[in-house]
Amino acid sequence: MDYATAKLIGAGLAAIGVGMAALGVGNVFGSFLESALRNPAAADSQQGRLFIGFAAAELLGLLAFVVAMIVLFVDVR
Amino acid sequence: MAGAEAATSGKIDPMHQFEVQPIFDGFSLAGQQIAFTNSALWMLLTLGVVWLFMLGGMKRQLVPGRWQVAVEGVTGFIDNMMTANIGAEGRKYTPYVFSLFMFILVANLLGMLPVGVVGLHPFTVTSHLTVTGVLAIVSFAIVLIVGFWKHGFHFFSLFVPHGTPGYMIPFIFLVELMSFLVRPFSLALRLFVAMTAGHILMKVLAGFVINGTNAGIGFAALVAVPSFALMVGITVLELLVAAIQAYVFALLTSLYINDAVNLH
Repeated sequence: MDYATAKLIGAGLAAIGVGMAALGVGNVFGSFLESALRNPAAADSQQGRLFIGFAAAELLGLLAFVVAMIVLFVDVR
Repeated sequence: MAGAEAATSGKIDPMHQFEVQPIFDGFSLAGQQIAFTNSALWMLLTLGVVWLFMLGGMKRQLVPGRWQVAVEGVTGFIDNMMTANIGAEGRKYTPYVFSLFMFILVANLLGMLPVGVVGLHPFTVTSHLTVTGVLAIVSFAIVLIVGFWKHGFHFFSLFVPHGTPGYMIPFIFLVELMSFLVRPFSLALRLFVAMTAGHILMKVLAGFVINGTNAGIGFAALVAVPSFALMVGITVLELLVAAIQAYVFALLTSLYINDAVNLH
């Protein structure tokens, strides 16, 4: 396999991580909504924590994107 | 290079929008060119928009007009966030976090402006790691300065949570120190990558629309129209992301300042 092909396959594999982050972010908002519907009175006070969880889950997906970009555009040879 | 290539092959280069180009060549300082770039221009525009927004709303009328309500809504929002996260002492840091929030929000939104239709090239200031990195470093520096100013070397107790068993302290200290030192990187990377990824996605979809339309009526119906519909949806999502990223940056900054002010 030549260098350019391996690079593209590597970037594609790194993009899997973005999908994994989608699971994480969906889980954060899904769990929040599930519990917010059980106790709507307490939902507003937890909005800050919701976005902290969102930010933490999203960051890891964005890191996967960074890895894909580094694999694509940084020449290590 | 990319432009000439695009002209011949019909390919859309999604990375071209992030290029920093000089508008005025400026002057030379110690062998480095100090130029007025498109990045600087859009930062100035951001500053101008924030300034106008605040100017219109600081009339301090007893019965506020619409503009004043808009400004008071944003300042009140940040003020509430600081009070909720830090306590009464947090109000001191409201001006900084408010400036941060407004700069990021307006810079994100200005980058989304469709001024391309009149031939101008919008530039998203926050899609560059240098800009977001400096913002994150300023936030991190404030945390360090406030922490050491208020608590002296007692600030290091931040890295040892209450009730840690004695034999675990060295390990917990290292882990907490690592997670503390990673903060500026995660702050800067999150904003930079979220904006970059969103703009690349929109340019790629725009490429589908343009090339699909040029490839004939069949491709136009099968590729260009669905891509355009998706692009409209993604644009709305990007507006949401622009606001959420500004909020998350301000929220995390307030939490980090809380660590420095109150330890834990």
